[in-house]
Amino acid sequence: MPALTIEEVERIAALARIELTSDEKTLFARQLAEILTYAEQLQQLDTSGVPATTQVHPQLQAEREDRPTPSLAVRDAIANAPDSDSDAGLFAVPRVIG
Amino acid sequence: MTDVRSARDIRDAVASGARSATEVCGEYLERIDALNPQLNAFNTVCGERALGSAAEVDRRRAAGEPLGPLAGVPVALKDNLCIRGVRTTASSKILDQFVPPYDATAVARLEAAGAIVVGKTNCDEFAMGSSNENSAYGAVTNPWATDRTPGGSSGGSAASVAAEMVPLALGSDTGGSIRQPASFCGVVGLKPTYGRVSRYGLLAFASSLDQIGPVTRTAYDAALALSVCAGPDPADATTASEPVPDFTAALSGSVAGLRIGVPRAFISSGVDGEVLAAVEAALDTLRGAGATLVDIDLPNARYAIPAYYLVCTAEASSNLARYDGVRYGYRATLAPASTLQEMYDRTRDEGFGTEVKRRIVLGTYVLSAGYYDAYYLKAQQVRTLLRRDYEEAFEQVDVVAMPTSPTPAFRLGEKTDDPLRMYLTDVFTVSANLVGLPAISVPCGFTSGRLPVGLQLMGRMFDEATLLRVGDAYERLTDWMTHTPPLKADPE
Repeated sequence: MPALTIEEVERIAALARIELTSDEKTLFARQLAEILTYAEQLQQLDTSGVPATTQVHPQLQAEREDRPTPSLAVRDAIANAPDSDSDAGLFAVPRVIG
Repeated sequence: MTDVRSARDIRDAVASGARSATEVCGEYLERIDALNPQLNAFNTVCGERALGSAAEVDRRRAAGEPLGPLAGVPVALKDNLCIRGVRTTASSKILDQFVPPYDATAVARLEAAGAIVVGKTNCDEFAMGSSNENSAYGAVTNPWATDRTPGGSSGGSAASVAAEMVPLALGSDTGGSIRQPASFCGVVGLKPTYGRVSRYGLLAFASSLDQIGPVTRTAYDAALALSVCAGPDPADATTASEPVPDFTAALSGSVAGLRIGVPRAFISSGVDGEVLAAVEAALDTLRGAGATLVDIDLPNARYAIPAYYLVCTAEASSNLARYDGVRYGYRATLAPASTLQEMYDRTRDEGFGTEVKRRIVLGTYVLSAGYYDAYYLKAQQVRTLLRRDYEEAFEQVDVVAMPTSPTPAFRLGEKTDDPLRMYLTDVFTVSANLVGLPAISVPCGFTSGRLPVGLQLMGRMFDEATLLRVGDAYERLTDWMTHTPPLKADPE
């Protein structure tokens, strides 16, 4: 049975860029272990040689002509940003390079 | 409430001039105002915008211009569907003030057909949930019993149609999120075939599973709405090129010769006795009308829930990476010297609710190095086994029938502390998403406690027409749609 340590939850949360509270880490360690234990039943199935289904529609035509079409105006694109420089048309974030 | 109650009735009354779109819209807005405090079905009501759209329909009629097939029909949109200029939150704090600069394709098509968007319905945050309790704006209550959930995640859409706050709502269905709430609220919910309706403008949860569909009071209205929304869209490469029929034309009222597959072993345990009895009675009714019941086996159906929760969380962890506090949505308040990394970490912890974080972490785990093959790849292989089960079944039968949910609506708070127990409520609905099949839930009776029960029918890829035909034929044989929940629209 998969048991999840707090350290593992921290490692995964860091990969997912979420700073969990210590209560959340404890809760998730227990709950995710329960869910993963439940999911262990899939291991009963012999899937050797079975292809994976990554999408369900065999006739999808994902290719199209590579032609420019109108897209969002810059002012519309940045209108929802929590911080931006609307004159320059830029999203603003905390300093990245010191 | 009024003399016209279905989308079709309203469209006909507006087209004939018996009612004006403005008058109809005003009545529905009043009812929303009266009922929303007790149901919490709407996150946002856009009354002024709606009345403007209704006036335009009335102007077109007066000018003799052509009217669309949904002219004057009030519609509600699940709050994960974008509409230009109207706040769209996905019931998440992280999108609390988000105002989309564009329309979802399905929404644009509804409006082009004359539908009047009256508001955005509450849902589980980012459509993750089976009870509508994972909403930053509070749970929706079930119109039939206000101490119970309306189901989820499209709980607001189902409750609003059941309470006649609108005749038609759009929802999204990733693992049952249209059908299960439709079942809990006693209305019709249709998940179309994957690829039938464009997902452009639907805030993505799990892209290989998500599909937009209608919630209505009748199968006819679902057929009408699907005919309007379906079809290829250059903005969504996963839309299918299959021709879109007029689905209303398929509603012959007949089920003679129809073969209905019933997976007896799969539904033999874990189903509430009254739910099973209502479903069996519905199947008897269809048999009495000329359908044949065939026992079928779906040997891998019991693996659908674990496969589903691995696939959907994996896809969610990737899709929700976009909510980073940069381009839109919430950003945590930070000390001046904070780094970009701290901004991401804090924004996502404060902006997402518990279930969304749980799923992102689980999905990140199953995709991470060392676990990918055992979890994610395995689940995708099980999807193939499930698809083969259904391919075999559909060699013998035209539709597959089972309960939509193993229980009627459960109590608010009953499963919130136990995510795994909540996930298990989706046992009958997730297969349609994993395989891509269309599926519908139609009301098929009540428990002794007056809680609605839904019959689920699944069909072959792109064969929504048969599901709608059976649903419509069953409606003609029963009177479930005439039952209304015990709500008081007028303040005491």
